[in-house]
Amino acid sequence: MTLAASLFWLVAGVTAASAIGVVVTQHIVRAAVWLLFSLAGTAGIFFLLGADFVAATQVFVYVGGTLVLVVFGVMLTAQGPFVSMKTSAVEWAVATVVGLLLFGVLVVCVMGEPAFQQAQPLKADQNSSTVLGKAFLGVVEATAEAPLTGVADRAEPGARTRVAYLLPFEIVSVHLLVVLVGAAYLARAKRRRMAA
Amino acid sequence: MVEILAPVLGPDLAPPVAGIIKALVLVAFVALSAIFFIWLERKVAGRIQDRLGPTRVGGKFGWLQTIADGIKLLVKEDIIPATADQFLFRAGPYIAFCASFLGFLALPFGNGVVAQNLNIAVFFVLAVLSVEVFGVILAGYGSGSKWSLFGGMREAAQVVSYEVPMAICVLVPVLVVGTMNLNRIGQMQAGWFFSWNVFRDPFLFAAFWTYFTCATASCKRAPFDLAEAESELVAGFHTEYSGLRWSFFFMAEYASMFAVSGIATLLFLGGWHTGLVPTDLTQLFGSIAGNVLNVAVFIVKCWLLVFVMMWVRWTLPRLRIDQVMQTCLKYLLPISCVLLLGASLWQLLMPVFVLNYLRYVIGGAVACGWLALLIRLVTGKPPAGEALSLGPALGRPGYELAKR
Repeated sequence: MTLAASLFWLVAGVTAASAIGVVVTQHIVRAAVWLLFSLAGTAGIFFLLGADFVAATQVFVYVGGTLVLVVFGVMLTAQGPFVSMKTSAVEWAVATVVGLLLFGVLVVCVMGEPAFQQAQPLKADQNSSTVLGKAFLGVVEATAEAPLTGVADRAEPGARTRVAYLLPFEIVSVHLLVVLVGAAYLARAKRRRMAA
Repeated sequence: MVEILAPVLGPDLAPPVAGIIKALVLVAFVALSAIFFIWLERKVAGRIQDRLGPTRVGGKFGWLQTIADGIKLLVKEDIIPATADQFLFRAGPYIAFCASFLGFLALPFGNGVVAQNLNIAVFFVLAVLSVEVFGVILAGYGSGSKWSLFGGMREAAQVVSYEVPMAICVLVPVLVVGTMNLNRIGQMQAGWFFSWNVFRDPFLFAAFWTYFTCATASCKRAPFDLAEAESELVAGFHTEYSGLRWSFFFMAEYASMFAVSGIATLLFLGGWHTGLVPTDLTQLFGSIAGNVLNVAVFIVKCWLLVFVMMWVRWTLPRLRIDQVMQTCLKYLLPISCVLLLGASLWQLLMPVFVLNYLRYVIGGAVACGWLALLIRLVTGKPPAGEALSLGPALGRPGYELAKR
């Protein structure tokens, strides 16, 4: 087994084991810690694939941002010293069925992709941010990274494709901003009514 | 590193061995610099407070004080409170330390002297440093103590808030130089100190100070250290920690101080370049000696920035927690946004003549300021129109009484 392959199995194993830990534990902050390991492991897999930008974004957004918010929320809303969740057997059953169905769909989709059927050598040239940035402006420079970045590879190197991702990206970010402002407004309004 | 090891170990074994060596060197560096910083902190604190600081252990300057402290910490009883969540309590310090340590992987100490030359190094370092707060939250929550929880909450709120203006300030030089590769950013600032990014335009000059303020706050250093205030929260999130676990938090704090200073050095202050010779030192002294000198210059610059953080800590009083948050959200965040906007407009609108020559003006002015300060320091001449530094105290009404 090559170094890349053994590292992949190591990181993937840790990620999967932590993911199971998230589900199994009843203690909500411990679940967050397992989620931390799981998300960090996912970032590690991105690093192994040479997609540095995606990996760092994963760490920044999910580990440094979302997870901290989750724990914050728990700490602010908790009644007792340590919160634990009791899940009933019905919930377990429903969750298992839904989870298995999702897993099945993902397996079928991934295995249907021709790129996954033959093993490809990993190409780590650490240029993912440049490729992504240019793709936003509609310029595709390299074709090898196309499966990683989701950028169409039909164009010639350096040519402008028909699709520039900048406008959709901006629309999504403005949408998120609106959601944030709305959330802040709702939280404010509630507090004012309570005071009155 | 891999190229040197490949003929000896073969192509399969060389990359992992090189990786392990790099990681060990970095761990050793982080631990040793923490030891040095703790000694320095005590010395600086002592001198600023008109004391001597440690003087006994290991000769004249108390060189071995930190080692003695380390041995004390090692043999201390390791207590886990009965109410604590064992798993979270144990995990906290390691997560904090690992997060700070990971930042060093992408930090170039010299031209190409970097464990992993990432294309997105700036982003990576900011991302992993932001995970450190998770260790703090876990420590505060897992301790099962009110003081720790309060400290952890305040600390987390502060660090998470200050990350935003800090990241925007980092964006300003990244936008101007057009790359996130720290090694490349360092290379671009070769030559005289005029070519350092901080002198490049007025917005970058302001961005450096804003960044440094935010970095101080996100390292939980005074004047932004209310979350750890000994007099109010005992010691914040690490109240319940003792011995080696406690020292992990301190190693993490000093490591991230060095890391943010390293980013400041690379982004604004010319990286490993002295600024006093027109080329890279490797071209003057050859590859090996030049690289060693480069690393030494970089480390000295970072130490100076860390020293400034200590200086500020022992000089300024603490801010209240609402003032801390206000400083961030009402002042530093708008300032950093304006700087980002201003820097981009400056690049777009300024004529080339101004873009090219303004750096000599700013750099020259700053250099003149430094020279004047230095001359005053050496000659000991008091500033015109003011009395000696002891002057105000002499004039104070209580002084005469105290003397009696």
